[in-house]
Amino acid sequence: MSMLSFERQYRVRGGTLFGGDLFDFWVGPFYVGFFGVTTLFFALSGTMMIMWGAAMGPTWNPWQINIAPPDISYGLRFAPMMEGGLWQLITVCAIGAFVSWALREVEICRKLGMGLHVPVAFGMAILAYVSLQVVRPVLMGAWGHAFPYGIYSHLDWVSNTAYQYLHFHYNPWHMIAVTFFFAATLALSMHGGLVLSATNPGKGQVVKSPEHEDTFFRDLIGYSVGTLGIHRLGLFLALAGVWFGIVCIVVSGPFWTGAWPEWWGWWLNMPIWRT
Amino acid sequence: MAEYQNLFTSVQPVGPLHDGIELPRGDDKRTGTPFLVHLLGRIGNAQIGPVYLGTLGVASLVFGIAAFNIIGFNMLASVDWNPIQLLRQLFWLALEPPPPAYGLSIPPLAQGGWWLIVGFMLTVSILLWWARTYRRARQLGLGTHVAWAFAAAIWLYLVCGFFRPVLMGSWSEAVPFGIFPHLDWVSALSLRYGNLFYNPFHALSIVFLYGSALLFAMHGATILAVGRYGGEREIEQIVDRGTASERAGLFWRWTMGFNATMESIHRWAWWFAVLCPLVGGIGILLTGTVVDNWYLWSAKHHVVPAYPLVSPVVVDPAILGVKP
Repeated sequence: MSMLSFERQYRVRGGTLFGGDLFDFWVGPFYVGFFGVTTLFFALSGTMMIMWGAAMGPTWNPWQINIAPPDISYGLRFAPMMEGGLWQLITVCAIGAFVSWALREVEICRKLGMGLHVPVAFGMAILAYVSLQVVRPVLMGAWGHAFPYGIYSHLDWVSNTAYQYLHFHYNPWHMIAVTFFFAATLALSMHGGLVLSATNPGKGQVVKSPEHEDTFFRDLIGYSVGTLGIHRLGLFLALAGVWFGIVCIVVSGPFWTGAWPEWWGWWLNMPIWRT
Repeated sequence: MAEYQNLFTSVQPVGPLHDGIELPRGDDKRTGTPFLVHLLGRIGNAQIGPVYLGTLGVASLVFGIAAFNIIGFNMLASVDWNPIQLLRQLFWLALEPPPPAYGLSIPPLAQGGWWLIVGFMLTVSILLWWARTYRRARQLGLGTHVAWAFAAAIWLYLVCGFFRPVLMGSWSEAVPFGIFPHLDWVSALSLRYGNLFYNPFHALSIVFLYGSALLFAMHGATILAVGRYGGEREIEQIVDRGTASERAGLFWRWTMGFNATMESIHRWAWWFAVLCPLVGGIGILLTGTVVDNWYLWSAKHHVVPAYPLVSPVVVDPAILGVKP
């Protein structure tokens, strides 16, 4: 049941990065591989530690569970289990699971004769996580600057961290990141809509061609990026959004401690205005 | 390493440029002679133009350009008609909605009257552009999916600038035109109504925003990765599944146990992108009209996390019934 009608011919051995044939098999629809085993190990360990932290905490309400990083006073040292040590181990497990997952994707790409675009793109998301939880806290000298694990508690962290810089919307890299995220969503709606409109033109009509797609956007805005270009563009917009998100938060604290609205002073005070 | 990674087009064949699919009778002629830009061709199509203007397009542009100019001249007036100061302070300048005292009445031009006119013209321009999006699709025999996705964005625009101000009984609730001023509006709204992060519709909207970026990264990367099998010929792959679709699908099936099809991934894409402004608009519409403080609302519904006390207790004035 777990195999699609055409799947068997694709399930060939080889393509692994590590472990040779040892873990080269499937469980149901899932490919395993050496990195599937490490993913499972890290993901299970991390999840169980979150459960442990929840069990020791005041609530089982999923919205309220919160596993916080160590207090700032611990600096970059190890903290006792219930005072952030758990958070430290969970972070190690999370990074282990994410990296294992990416490497497992690489093995699947090799098996299917595909480019490595997906794992590379996922790498940008992993970089964002590592930047928030490791790079920025290390630059600032304490694990306590990282975000806590909890549905609403991580939102509180975002809110509190943002107001430490008075008004985060004035962070220029935050502005760029938000613009790219909005642009990616806009482009996704246009791409999804266009393909659906060509293949679902209405009752009794024939499916349309890429020429129709190009003509539609040329008629509308004078340019159509094309069937190949839209996928390059979409991937770029999404990754650029994440990249500038990384920049905007790593800059805040390690390299800029003032209020973000004040940052713009350099523009107002440029010598060229003195005429 | 020197393998072709499908990130850029290395060889651009140049043939005769074409005007596009023939238009049905009754349509205008297209405007402009198409031309090529080599750098664009490195990423996507090199051809720019022609464009179909038509009555709807021209009318939309007239209203849009008029609105844009009125905003610009109001900003220019606010720096005493000094063009250098316009450039210097551009990000700080605004065309603000009327002060609260005017409610929903029509204020003098300098007291938000211009804002009201611009809002009207911009809305007309956007609605005409929507009609154009719908009509261009129909005239080419396409479905109207793009137009309806656009309608979701217009919904959010109208909620922020029209529906919510009307429900609140004051134009002053609406968003100012300006770079920093509209960001100030966002922050002020969040602070006034008890932190918008505690608005569940805002949370959902962000899920769909990030989800859209995630989906486009996944989809874009997958199609590029199967480019060597012709994966970007999506319509063809939808009606007649080839090895590109099979590999793309199996990649995700083997990775996460589930895969979309070449057609259904575009349905996922459309819904994620559409739901972002759709639920976001619901969240804004409820803010101040139905819910006065999202933090207290969330506390009532037991989703606010409790933290160990590390500083003296500060009572939220809103709990004591203090109105800002």
